[in-house]
Amino acid sequence: MVLVLVLVVVLAVLLAATALVVSTRSRRQRNAVAGSSASRPPTGTLLLEQQTAQPSPDTVDSDLRELAERDLAEGEAAEQLRAGRPALGDRLGKARQLLGGYLTGIRSKPVDGATFDELEEALLLADAGVTTTTKVLEDLRAKVRSGAVAGTPEALLAALRSDLEAIFDGDESAMSLGEDGGPTVWLFVGVNGVGKTTTIGKVAARELAEGRKVVLAAGDTFRAAAGEQLEAWAERTGATLVRGAEGADPSSVIFDAVAHAAARGSDLVLADTAGRLHTKVNLMEELRKVRRIADRPPGHLTEVLLVLDATTGQNGVVQAKQFRDAVGVTGVVLTKLDGTAKGGVVLAIRSELGLPIKLVGVGEGVADLVDFDPAEFVAALLG
Amino acid sequence: MFETLTDRFEGIVARLRSRGHLSDSDVSEVLREIRVALLEADVNLAVVKDLIEAIRSRCVGAELAKSLSPAQQVIKVVDEELTRILGGEPLKIRYASKPPTIVLLAGLQGAGKTTVAAKLARWFKQQGRQPLLVAADLQRPAAVEQLRILGRDVGATVFSETTDPVSVAREGVAEAERLGRDIVILDTAGRLAIDDALMAEVRAISEVTRPDYTLFVVDAMTGQDAVRTAEAFNEALALDGVILTKVDGDARGGAALSVKQVVGKPIAFISTGERPSDFETFYPDRLARRILGMGDVLSLIEKAEREYDSDVAEKATERLMSGQFSLDDFLEQLQQIKRIGPLQSMLGMLPGVPKDFRNAKIDDKDVGRIEAIIKSMTPDERRGAVALDGSRRSRIATGSGTSAAEVNNLLRQFKEMQKMVRTLGPVNRLVGGAGRKPHKGKQKGSRFTPSSRGAR
Repeated sequence: MVLVLVLVVVLAVLLAATALVVSTRSRRQRNAVAGSSASRPPTGTLLLEQQTAQPSPDTVDSDLRELAERDLAEGEAAEQLRAGRPALGDRLGKARQLLGGYLTGIRSKPVDGATFDELEEALLLADAGVTTTTKVLEDLRAKVRSGAVAGTPEALLAALRSDLEAIFDGDESAMSLGEDGGPTVWLFVGVNGVGKTTTIGKVAARELAEGRKVVLAAGDTFRAAAGEQLEAWAERTGATLVRGAEGADPSSVIFDAVAHAAARGSDLVLADTAGRLHTKVNLMEELRKVRRIADRPPGHLTEVLLVLDATTGQNGVVQAKQFRDAVGVTGVVLTKLDGTAKGGVVLAIRSELGLPIKLVGVGEGVADLVDFDPAEFVAALLG
Repeated sequence: MFETLTDRFEGIVARLRSRGHLSDSDVSEVLREIRVALLEADVNLAVVKDLIEAIRSRCVGAELAKSLSPAQQVIKVVDEELTRILGGEPLKIRYASKPPTIVLLAGLQGAGKTTVAAKLARWFKQQGRQPLLVAADLQRPAAVEQLRILGRDVGATVFSETTDPVSVAREGVAEAERLGRDIVILDTAGRLAIDDALMAEVRAISEVTRPDYTLFVVDAMTGQDAVRTAEAFNEALALDGVILTKVDGDARGGAALSVKQVVGKPIAFISTGERPSDFETFYPDRLARRILGMGDVLSLIEKAEREYDSDVAEKATERLMSGQFSLDDFLEQLQQIKRIGPLQSMLGMLPGVPKDFRNAKIDDKDVGRIEAIIKSMTPDERRGAVALDGSRRSRIATGSGTSAAEVNNLLRQFKEMQKMVRTLGPVNRLVGGAGRKPHKGKQKGSRFTPSSRGAR
């Protein structure tokens, strides 16, 4: 508390000084930026008022759904869905061919310091981070020294693989559904551009294929055309869409969606949210509210899924921590793993923050979503 | 979460302090720390290796200036090396002699191409140009609609058709010629560098439109893969420059360094927020310091400039100097600062903050408690016009849901802080010199009206 006090004053003095220095400049520019300096549009606070003020929820009606189902039935996506969920390994062929043989070099040589250097390189290049890499390799060295792991390249790699897999021990990739009496709500959160909306589309297709009735809540009322994007997914998958006006309070849209789902006896509400950087205090505050409302009866919020781009570097840990602290993330969806990025940052996210990885996105198609599998993930990481 | 380079050096510094020059092993030790810092900042491993070698050759045996500690000098060398890589020739837009000048945006999914397209259109408009936005992303659902809305917001026409990306691009350029627009900005779909079909498509767009500038849009949060992706796009499209997005987060942005090093083309712009105006020219030295975790005061100043109400700040400073800084003013400052960002993250941006202080956890709940205590006081109490006796204090404690001890603590700390501030001579002079002049009229008023918050 003392610290806060001192810090605020120090900052106040510093900022006051800088603000003064720049105030002449900013005053000159003020006219130019006046229009753009407003933050996000004000959001409503009273739900009931919002409900009457908003246009009634758009609903994708049944013939659209039929249309979408027909489309789907003709596509290979439907076949894939019917044939069971695709495995991660199958989907990574292309990217891994390019990277293949990365560690083959060490297989043909006796184990020495250079072997560990190569392993270190592989892990660092996979975005595993310095801390995780160092720890994993130190453990491995100790095992070799104590004789628990034989000093052959094969034994070393096998031990490394099982150590990395062990990071995910005890995780359950299945997502939880609430008890009877009211729809289950899954909330999707994350920074901008990670693939939240696309992930929702794929999850919707998957859950519909399981025979659940799915409602999509267009809770991203900020980004231009985010609602339209989700609408396209609703049409493609045959899920029902509930959306509000652009700039509407996201909480109210999600509340409407839950109410709609409850009234129609739907099982599951997939709630989209606007992408936000974890450093934006106001937006994280808004997300807290969204989370509270999403859990309000008749809905049961059972999953808060952090969508994370596999190309993300070490900042992913910070993101995960901030979102976890703000809205209690229950699991991570790792997207865009079909590229050359290996998503090693989830090792740190799992080991440092304890967040399980649940799903993996491997493309833009409706079926490009697989359950997270530690063995496959690690094989791909080291492959 | 990340130790800054400065932290890492603290242990080494003590031993190096007495030396006149750095030995081989000193340098190696320091370089190991630099390596870790760079890797944590997501600088690509290969780039890190090159950099470390460059730094080593400059540090070994180098004579040390007296004014800096050896560690500081090494940091200086690192800083200079980073700035050198990030800098170089800036991208200077040369407009085509026969308009329109065509700009092609390409990158991975979710990098922020569509948002950047609109921001770039706004930027060109500010340069007195007339841009046409062409929505050639027919892949992602509603991407065209998104660009239409953003284009409307920045006042730029958007062209698109539901044909195929290549003909949209070709027709877009033709449309610009017909409308007499002198800039064409082509927004393309996000694509993976290993997606042969989509890479062939973007190559076809490039061949058909012959862009004057091909800009690679990359997320500042990208990790090690940034290099591979940038190389692939550079091979396919021959990039002219880079636009770094989402710089307003707290990622160190090492990817930018890697991309710059590998592609060898300048970083032209950075995108720093979701508003169309959050788009800036790139400064290599600032990013270098940020990668090093050395405290980015300039960014803090800019952030303050954007979010901080300078009138309120001026008034507060005047009151601070004249010893009239009240709890009311404090509360106001606290709220202003909270608008800029979490205290914890701002702490990281301040240079020269002692390690213990910087690494201390700041609990938002503490901040909330302080606010509650102050808000539970009457205006007179906040102004210090009445003495806070025991009964007032216990009322405040009850009102704010805290304890009498916490209230006492706050009051005591506040008093000490007031004393401390009065000793801040240099800041006072600096602020006094800059601030008084334009605000003569207000000075008097502010002395008598401690709370003019109603105005905001």
